[in-house]
Amino acid sequence: MNGLTFAFSEAFALLAGFDHRVLEIVLLSLQVSGLAVCLGTLVGLPMGACLGVGRFPGRQVLVVILNGCMGLPSVVVGVVVYLALSRSGPLGEWGLLYSPTAMVIAQTLLVVPLMAAIARQTVEDAWREYEEELTAMRFRWFDSVRVLLHDCRHSLLVAVLAGLGRAMSEVGAVMIVGGNIDRSTRTMTTAIALETSKGDLPLAVALGLVLLAVILILNGLAYGLRLWAMRRYA
Amino acid sequence: MHTSTNVPMFPLRIRDLHWRVGGRAVLDGFSLELSGEGITILLGPNGAGKSVFLRSVCGLLKPDAGHFDWGGGPPPEFGVTMVFQQPKMLRDSVQANVELALRPLHVPPAERRMRAQAVLERVGLAHRAGDSARGLSGGERQRLALARAWITRPRLLLLDEPTASLDPSSVDAIERIVREIRTEGTRILMTTHNLGQAMRLADDVVFIDAGRVCEHAPVQRFFARPASTAARRYIQGELPWRMAF
Amino acid sequence: MAHGLLTFLKSAVFSLAALATAAQGGETIVLASTTSTEQSGLFNFILPIFEKHSGIAVKVVALGTGQALDVGRRGDADVLLVHDRAAEDKFVAEGYGVGRRDVMYNDFVLVGPAADAAGVKAAKDAVDAFGRIARKGSAWVSRGDRSGTHAAELRFWSAAGVEPKGQGWYKEAGSGMGPTLNMAAGMGAYTLTDRGTWASFRNRQDLAILYAGDPKLYNPYGVILVNPARHPHVKKAAGEKFIDWITSADGHRAISAYRIGNEQLFYPMR
Repeated sequence: MNGLTFAFSEAFALLAGFDHRVLEIVLLSLQVSGLAVCLGTLVGLPMGACLGVGRFPGRQVLVVILNGCMGLPSVVVGVVVYLALSRSGPLGEWGLLYSPTAMVIAQTLLVVPLMAAIARQTVEDAWREYEEELTAMRFRWFDSVRVLLHDCRHSLLVAVLAGLGRAMSEVGAVMIVGGNIDRSTRTMTTAIALETSKGDLPLAVALGLVLLAVILILNGLAYGLRLWAMRRYA
Repeated sequence: MHTSTNVPMFPLRIRDLHWRVGGRAVLDGFSLELSGEGITILLGPNGAGKSVFLRSVCGLLKPDAGHFDWGGGPPPEFGVTMVFQQPKMLRDSVQANVELALRPLHVPPAERRMRAQAVLERVGLAHRAGDSARGLSGGERQRLALARAWITRPRLLLLDEPTASLDPSSVDAIERIVREIRTEGTRILMTTHNLGQAMRLADDVVFIDAGRVCEHAPVQRFFARPASTAARRYIQGELPWRMAF
Repeated sequence: MAHGLLTFLKSAVFSLAALATAAQGGETIVLASTTSTEQSGLFNFILPIFEKHSGIAVKVVALGTGQALDVGRRGDADVLLVHDRAAEDKFVAEGYGVGRRDVMYNDFVLVGPAADAAGVKAAKDAVDAFGRIARKGSAWVSRGDRSGTHAAELRFWSAAGVEPKGQGWYKEAGSGMGPTLNMAAGMGAYTLTDRGTWASFRNRQDLAILYAGDPKLYNPYGVILVNPARHPHVKKAAGEKFIDWITSADGHRAISAYRIGNEQLFYPMR
């Protein structure tokens, strides 16, 4: 119990004191995961929406695969991206290994299927509602996708938050492709892993609490945004 | 004025439509000829196939057999529009919902806004342009749906029981709008169970029973001297209600 | 909505790029080393000295020795600093590395539960200590990860005539020194650790150093440049500058100066 109470007080101290190194780590985590989620939004949401609206042979198989990919282990993605970006790998020329860019790539690959799967379900439900009207108005399927993405924007926020949660809390992928390099590719989760392996458990928990606080704040902001918007257009 | 005025559409000859679902013949040799003007009202008991027929005209449904002859030309891409019994509105403003219909027609945004404002005026919803569409009352929503159809200047407008669950003043408002749309030259095909409405609005009446057309006559003649027994019984309110599927 | 998203995306990319380049103001090299070395805190101490002296920033990727050598084989690092002489020699012989030099040594220590049921404290030497643990069947946690520590541990078992694999008391953690120590502390087991990691390990619970000092427990480190002939992108000049520095008097001074609680952990080799 002592360790835990110490962890809480340590967490507050880190946050309140704006410990420089902790801030650096938090900022990097936000940038890497934030960028991955942005890319996930641009790629994953339309992809999921198209799958929700489209009707073509093999669609059901794709849906099952996509849903399965939601559970991709982050370590596996990390190893695959590592082998791809390694100097001896196909994309070695780019020299991206052990950089924040590599971490963004790995996290994007993790996050896109998750966001696409949620978007697919959301848009498919909406399509059931609007299909007749939009077809009668002569909307082509891809224009329908755009209409539905906009109409479901509040529910799609859940997809974005899910992606953000997944990205910010994963450690396997960023550890392998980033290398957990001090001041360069150390994120909150890899820092926590490091402190844990050093046996400094209270510090690890404290960092964990900081991470949790950041995620909660982001979720709170998103919720507030949604409430405000729903009051406008529900 | 209207979309694709150069493309011929009428007379619209519908020949021998068949459509089965779940072992039941919903359209069973449905044939009809429509001229290019006026309001035609489809009457008939529930399950007779009225809504299914409208959907097939609109292209939402492909019949198992049968033929559409659009004035000798190809089936029109635009110019046919439908308002459903329970119209669905986007989670957006009234104005945005009206403008939605102009997007497939690739109308530029400025012109969309202008036309939306104009049509909202005509249906009496201009003061609600910025409000949430889902917050409208039943009558207002139906007016919005009509505005959304009207804005595309359709040549053929299909209405599926537009005043089914509305109060008398809303019914009145809708009927007024329908008449205005007709005056502008749009051909209207409409279903209803409201015989008074049929008498008020129709130029001609089509009576449908068991998936086929029983009778097609000018409105006066239909109500004065209905030719088929089924029609007579329907007008007198005696026709048994078929189960809607 | 799309426009707002696009501007956010652009600013995110710029800030990320800025962050990436800010981290490497001047030149950088990637040094693949071991978790035990990094966790001892040595790099945080000596690398800033090197950077000040040369303007080169060293990015340390900490892995097990086996993994670090693999990284070198793939050309993903410029310099390696590991502690497994046999593996290092093989690495150079296979043509993956050049210019291997001795750097420093630290020592391994045998830690275990204070109660010391196997009587390790009374052992004649390191090999005897290992033998006692095997005979008693006391719980042991191994790194099991092809690290320098793991290789050393296996040499001792072999010298003691013990085949530990598959025995009930022998557990392989398959991970770094820290997690292995965590496991040993949690299970009340014996394990072999380097003094550096032990000194900075905070979760000791009931564990204590039970045997140390045998010269066989000395753990020498070597530094190798990844072969530029094999991987042309390797930063040869900067890497050589680092190797020269760490084996120079300046480097030795820095290494010797590093202490945890007044205890020197690493001893430079001439």
